[in-house]
Amino acid sequence: MSTDSHSVKGHEHHFAHHFRSAEHEYETTKEGIWLFMVTEILMFGGLFIGYSIFHNIYPEMFAEGASYLDWKMGFLNTLVLIFSSLTMALGIFFLQKNEQKKAVMSLAITILCGAIFMVVKYFEYTHKFHLGIFPGRLLDVAKVGVHHANLGMYFGFYYCMTGLHGIHVLLGMGLISWVLFRTLRGDFNSNYYTAVEGVGIFWHIIDLIWIFLFPLLYLVG
Amino acid sequence: MAGNHGDSQGHHITPLNVYLKVAGALFALTFLTVIAHHFSAQLGAMAAPVAFFIATIKAVLVMLWFMHLKYDTIMNRVIFGAGFFFLALLLAFSGLDIWTRVAEFSTL
Repeated sequence: MSTDSHSVKGHEHHFAHHFRSAEHEYETTKEGIWLFMVTEILMFGGLFIGYSIFHNIYPEMFAEGASYLDWKMGFLNTLVLIFSSLTMALGIFFLQKNEQKKAVMSLAITILCGAIFMVVKYFEYTHKFHLGIFPGRLLDVAKVGVHHANLGMYFGFYYCMTGLHGIHVLLGMGLISWVLFRTLRGDFNSNYYTAVEGVGIFWHIIDLIWIFLFPLLYLVG
Repeated sequence: MAGNHGDSQGHHITPLNVYLKVAGALFALTFLTVIAHHFSAQLGAMAAPVAFFIATIKAVLVMLWFMHLKYDTIMNRVIFGAGFFFLALLLAFSGLDIWTRVAEFSTL
């Protein structure tokens, strides 16, 4: 790594004293983010593997569970999340170009997309609650009129996976709000946007997980 | 290790049209997933592999361009790859356990 440039006019980032340079700080922070992403992959991965194993053991029960999901809702949310991933990437792009206003717009649209995603999720969840579909033993077997007595297991997976994912969307919206506020305050520019890059990677992994959750839950069943 | 040496201004900046192309491909692949789903009867046992193959292509697009892994350090790529490696290991050993069990029935 070469030394950082202190020759840049105006926007100079003062890196923490235990780093050699601003670049050293950026690289280290990003490596930490990637280590965190590994824990995310392993956390969701455990649920995916549990789902695959039980899907293999009870294929008809999982097919019955999937028949209660509306793929159009999942499809809509997939499009919303992909669009939000684009606007998140553009938020960083505009900071790299020192176009803070456009960056703020992009980040605001990203938060809006997260909100749309959660509203769709809210309608999906409340509709299921209305039908008596709850996870595990809480599932109202008589009201739902299940064919497979252990249908609650499918919805245990459904609520755990989409719920954990939804919590990540909410956390992501909070983190994007934080970097949006800091962008408005003038903290970020083409020399320093580490926090936005890290939040961006977190937001993209939420999209990444949904890319697999959509076919797994809504289509393949 | 391409593109991220030097001062912080030297970070690789992905051109705007590349982002738009990647997003376009992601939208197109999402539609393709749904189209393939409508032919799931014809696809039969291949329906799930087709859906996950398309999802994997989408995931790679997101990782390389949106998450900037294409221009990231080898270390960060190895770190992220290690996550998937250990996930595969978990699946392999869980599968070995589940599908090599011998069913035992009580005679009582």
